[in-house]
Amino acid sequence: MLKLIDVNTYYGNIQALKGIDIEVDEGEIICLIGANGAGKTTTLMSISGIVPPRQGEIFFMGRPIHEMDPDAIVGLGISQVPEGRRIFPLLTVAENLDMGAFLRNDKSEIKKDLAYIYDLFPILAERRHQAGGTLSGGEQQMLAISRALMARPRLLLLDEPSLGLAPMVVRRIFQIIEKINAENRTTIFLVEQNANLALKIAHRGYVMENGRITLADSAASLLSNEAVKKAYLGI
Amino acid sequence: MLTFAEIKRSVLVSLWFMFLTFPIMVVRVNPIEEVVEWRWRNLIVIGAGSFALSFVWRYMMARKEAGLKRKEAGGEKAPLVRRIMDRPRLSRSIVGLVVAFVCVFPFLFSTYQVTIMSTALIYVMLGLGLNIVIGLAGLLDLGYVAFYAVGAYSYALLNFHFGVGFWIALPLGGLLGALFGVLLGFPVLRLRGDYLAIVTLGFGEIIRLILENWNEFSFGPSGIAGISRPGFFGIDMSLNTATIYVYFVLIGLVILTVFFVNRLQNSRIGRAWVALREDEIACQAMGIDKTKTKLTAFALGATWAGMAGVVFAAKTTFINPASFTFLESAIILSIVVLGGMGSIPGVILGALVLILLPEYLRAFSDYRMILFGATLVLMMVFRPQGLITGVRRVYRFQGDNGRNES
Repeated sequence: MLKLIDVNTYYGNIQALKGIDIEVDEGEIICLIGANGAGKTTTLMSISGIVPPRQGEIFFMGRPIHEMDPDAIVGLGISQVPEGRRIFPLLTVAENLDMGAFLRNDKSEIKKDLAYIYDLFPILAERRHQAGGTLSGGEQQMLAISRALMARPRLLLLDEPSLGLAPMVVRRIFQIIEKINAENRTTIFLVEQNANLALKIAHRGYVMENGRITLADSAASLLSNEAVKKAYLGI
Repeated sequence: MLTFAEIKRSVLVSLWFMFLTFPIMVVRVNPIEEVVEWRWRNLIVIGAGSFALSFVWRYMMARKEAGLKRKEAGGEKAPLVRRIMDRPRLSRSIVGLVVAFVCVFPFLFSTYQVTIMSTALIYVMLGLGLNIVIGLAGLLDLGYVAFYAVGAYSYALLNFHFGVGFWIALPLGGLLGALFGVLLGFPVLRLRGDYLAIVTLGFGEIIRLILENWNEFSFGPSGIAGISRPGFFGIDMSLNTATIYVYFVLIGLVILTVFFVNRLQNSRIGRAWVALREDEIACQAMGIDKTKTKLTAFALGATWAGMAGVVFAAKTTFINPASFTFLESAIILSIVVLGGMGSIPGVILGALVLILLPEYLRAFSDYRMILFGATLVLMMVFRPQGLITGVRRVYRFQGDNGRNES
């Protein structure tokens, strides 16, 4: 479904991605783990076109997207939950969700999706007229995920959904991610520092170091891999 | 509660002011008799005045701080305007009064009053237009007057060369304003904040300099005279009637602008502007085209400036580049900031205050601009959010009962 071939991405003169190859199949949960500064977020930014790669190719459903604008890529069905949530603090919860459906015009379908999201996160329905900035961290993360879902994506890119949240809330968020994947067959590409939890819900995983993919395997075997255990699981 | 420390501080303040103003307020050289006059009385007046004012200042600051604390504690009362709007009967009667006043205004007051009110209404339009760019989209545009000039000159030149009438030139001026907005917007919208401000400032100056120097095109500094006033089915009007007519045309245009901006504010594109101001990356992740969205804001803002320019040219019947200096941009910006960014009633009030105040302050002649400046400074210290705060910041909690709607 998604295929990255030898992707190189730079910030100015600094090379953040040094020839990345990743493949994601439809309906999968893929997770990308790695230390700080390994290039995980950059990988997502390259896919969504916000920081386009300087070299290499990215294919989505067989179409090359590495030269497309971010809005066109969203239009194809790739939706991103940016790192640190980045909800719109002055817009209300309902308005935030409506921004997620910015490219869509099918009012009745949007309404249906909205109902689905309010069902998924009842707290958001309660707070729909509240400014996004007044939500708690966990609620903001739920809002960020919901906002991305409002685009009705085929591929959902999640950047560190556990960042700065209490363990209870993180578990809840991960349950929801699994649920979204199971119910809608939405493919999920998950970037995480919390490798343990991420690998538990993922089907396959990639390990990143210094802008390169160093390991690629099924989630179960990564969980039992000695090197991964030592470096990322702290066991 | 007069403590010793406070008195000491106020004494220091007054000493400092006496020292600062000494050369201009005390010393006067009389060149005819070749003597130096020492006006010690002025020194005492300044000392006493600043001593007293420093107490007022401190009291106001304390009040402001207390207000902030109350706000944090959540005990803040809704702003007055908001409270009025929440009571439909009261607000309806106020709107009724305003409408009645607006209708009879030109018949009660002199032509002079109607003229300055019309000028103020032009600034209401300009303020509301700039409010789209600054208040909603958060793009600091210091060259807004350029689009105003484009509108004014497009009507003046079309009228001069081809005899085009006001009502045809009005939409044309708006369109040309939008065109120039897009032309300027394309190259500069990748810039943000201060950089955008400087580039737009430069653009404003370029337009003015072109108008001033390209004699064959714009008749240079001497400007264009004898521009037709707005027509009304070809009826001849006396100067007095024409002034009143322009006033009503402006009222109509202001109502149109308010309607339009209000609709825009609550539309998807309006929300996209607010969102873009808050977080560009998140917007891109949502599939909002950054450039196109900003460009729309720029072009729509410029459209109103263009139309205001057409009305301005028709109202004064004479234009030259001196009407489109940077000071104009600064005044329009002040209107938006003073009135309250993103708030329609705020911008209207801001325009009326900023344009009418200097007119009515003419009695103070020389001190007019000082008073004007002091008002702005005090406003920004004590009410940085503007006269009437934008409604968007209002927090509404509905709890469980709002759950099953929509």
